[in-house]
Amino acid sequence: MKSLRFAPAALSAVVLLVLTSLMLGIRMESEGTSLIVTSADSETLALIAAGALVVFLFQLFRSGIDNSLSGVKSVIPSVSPDKLLSMTKGKSTRTTLICFAVAALMIWPFMVSRGAVDLATLALIYVMLGLGLNIVVGLAGLLDLGYVGFYAVGAYSYALLNQYFGLDFWSSLVMGGMLAAFFGFILGFPVLRLRGDYLAIVTLGFGEIIRILLNNWTALTGGPNGISQIPKPTLFGLEFGRRAKEEGNVPFHEYFGIAYSSEYKVIFLYILAVLLVILTLFVINRLLRMPIGRAWEALREDDIACRSLGLNPTAIKLSAFTIGAGFAGFAGTFFAARQGFISPESFTFIESAIILAIVVLGGMGSQLGVILAAVIMTVLPEFAREFQEYRMLMFGLMMVCMMVWRPEGLLPMKRPHIKTKKTRSEPDDEVTATPVAGGA
Amino acid sequence: MPESVYYFIQQLLNGLTVGSTYALIAIGYTMVYGIIGMINFAHGEVYMIGSYIAFAVLAALAMMGIDSVSLMLVSAFVISVIITSTYGFAIERVAYRPLRNSNRLIALISAIGMSIFLQNYVRLAQGSRDIAMPSLITGGWAFGPEDGFQATVSYMQLIIFVVTFVSMSALTLFISKSKMGKACRACAEDLGMTNLLGIDTNKVISLTFVIGAALAAVAGVLLGIYYGVINPYIGFMAGLKAFTAAVLGGIGSIPGAVLGGLILGVTEAFTAGYFSSEYKDVVAFSLLILILLFKPTGILGKPEVEKV
Repeated sequence: MKSLRFAPAALSAVVLLVLTSLMLGIRMESEGTSLIVTSADSETLALIAAGALVVFLFQLFRSGIDNSLSGVKSVIPSVSPDKLLSMTKGKSTRTTLICFAVAALMIWPFMVSRGAVDLATLALIYVMLGLGLNIVVGLAGLLDLGYVGFYAVGAYSYALLNQYFGLDFWSSLVMGGMLAAFFGFILGFPVLRLRGDYLAIVTLGFGEIIRILLNNWTALTGGPNGISQIPKPTLFGLEFGRRAKEEGNVPFHEYFGIAYSSEYKVIFLYILAVLLVILTLFVINRLLRMPIGRAWEALREDDIACRSLGLNPTAIKLSAFTIGAGFAGFAGTFFAARQGFISPESFTFIESAIILAIVVLGGMGSQLGVILAAVIMTVLPEFAREFQEYRMLMFGLMMVCMMVWRPEGLLPMKRPHIKTKKTRSEPDDEVTATPVAGGA
Repeated sequence: MPESVYYFIQQLLNGLTVGSTYALIAIGYTMVYGIIGMINFAHGEVYMIGSYIAFAVLAALAMMGIDSVSLMLVSAFVISVIITSTYGFAIERVAYRPLRNSNRLIALISAIGMSIFLQNYVRLAQGSRDIAMPSLITGGWAFGPEDGFQATVSYMQLIIFVVTFVSMSALTLFISKSKMGKACRACAEDLGMTNLLGIDTNKVISLTFVIGAALAAVAGVLLGIYYGVINPYIGFMAGLKAFTAAVLGGIGSIPGAVLGGLILGVTEAFTAGYFSSEYKDVVAFSLLILILLFKPTGILGKPEVEKV
């Protein structure tokens, strides 16, 4: 049979055995001063053998499997936000729908447990980060691997401004966003002239520089111990603790004359996060309709064409980079306020990779996709706690698989476009055929 | 000579030692970039895997009661190079070949995913704690004043220099003399045209990954024995540094990678020796940013013309 290819199949199985032999097949342990190697337990060895067998069989019947898979692939629906929105025809229905969604988001926390609300707040932070990075990566097409650096700038600027100058959350929110945007501007100014993949590495280096500085500048940032006791946000000066921390402040529950409950604080933080996300979405959607937003996407599609049309690529890239960094700063400030404690540990490269994965999984450029992906990425690990160990493994695998099979993401972005209506119901080819017939 | 001169020489030697291993890893980046124009982000993990396999081999031989150092070294090199090259081959097959013709960013994201996957694969297989090994080769030559600071060249450092030099020479010979090396150079010049001329470019690309992984494995064995401690996270920083070295020297150019590696290693050693070892990474990345600003093509790189 032609479809059975023994040699490549055997080769793949052997490759798998070689790969796993001295990695999964053994255990290294330090014993005293020397290193002891033992072979792994029989269960793991059996698993390796089974894996090799599976690979062998898969490669053997590859063509057959591919044929049957190609049928499955076309079954997967390609849902686009465009379609979802087009179901709600007309602007007014859409507005009503959005209002309902927001109202549901606001009422929901009062009915569920505290843990769920807390998790939702975390998911919203990632939504904010994902939306911000989406501007840089998805819309402007600049791969930023040091995004977490700006997140750290936002978080630390609130913590430090509060510690040294006693600024409260609200003014720090503005300051944190602005400072992060300023950092983005300063970094972006020199490096945005670089080609895409250089940019990725430079931003990665920048993120690492920020983390190392935070870790080592002990006098200012507290080094690896981080900064603790960062105050929570207040509602027009009303605090959410049992007793007011500052002189003259009234706690929230006393002001309204209701019993104290620690849940108010959690729900308040959640609602704050929802509002911030809505603000982010609103700003980004407005920007997208402005010439600058159009220019971002144009630049992503074709750099040279953009330049020949008289657009300044550096300025456009810089604006995307700065605005994206600003949103990371907002998210960082909120993160610091929610945690109450920050340390450089929270701002490692893995965090950048997670945010990037959110953007990639959701579909670069697609805002609905990014929101969906952020929720999946934060909520899923909570449900699969027993697989916590394998989380990052799965995560890396998912990034590779997504890129290979569905690089456009879960909910790919679709440009809003208008189809010209055909005046007559005749098919196109008939129209083009007529003049040819006439000429002959 | 005053003591400060010996201190200077010591830092220079330490820098050259680390720098020559950076150069070995950087060659993997630069060759892959030269041919298919993508950053193999998982290359640092390949180096880390090379270290792990060397440790396993050395520990196994020690347990079998073999105590001839040269035999241990040779077998560690051979086995580590073979297995690690297989990793390089498999990574290209699984994660990069399907994306050959897609956007650069897509291939890079896939590479980042591969890097995270490999790091956690090793972490799950061998645990996330440091694995230490007693030093295999001890001793060295010391020179300088009897009562003051003495500069020392350890035998291990010497081995690193020799092995690096031999591997580089072998690679240069291979690239310039052999038929496959010629094909490699042709692919770097123009991949599509080479394909049209009847050279199996897929084979050449696979070979590039295998060579890169083999050199990374050599670096992994050397640095693993030199430091004596490994963990699943060493690949990330080493990969980043090696990439910095490749860019510094001009990405796509093999002599450039060597030069960049040496410059980076020496800069780091001087920062650590005279300033503070905590900031040596900051200096390395700042150097990268500065080089890219003033000479985006690197020291020996050729300017790339963008065509429509």
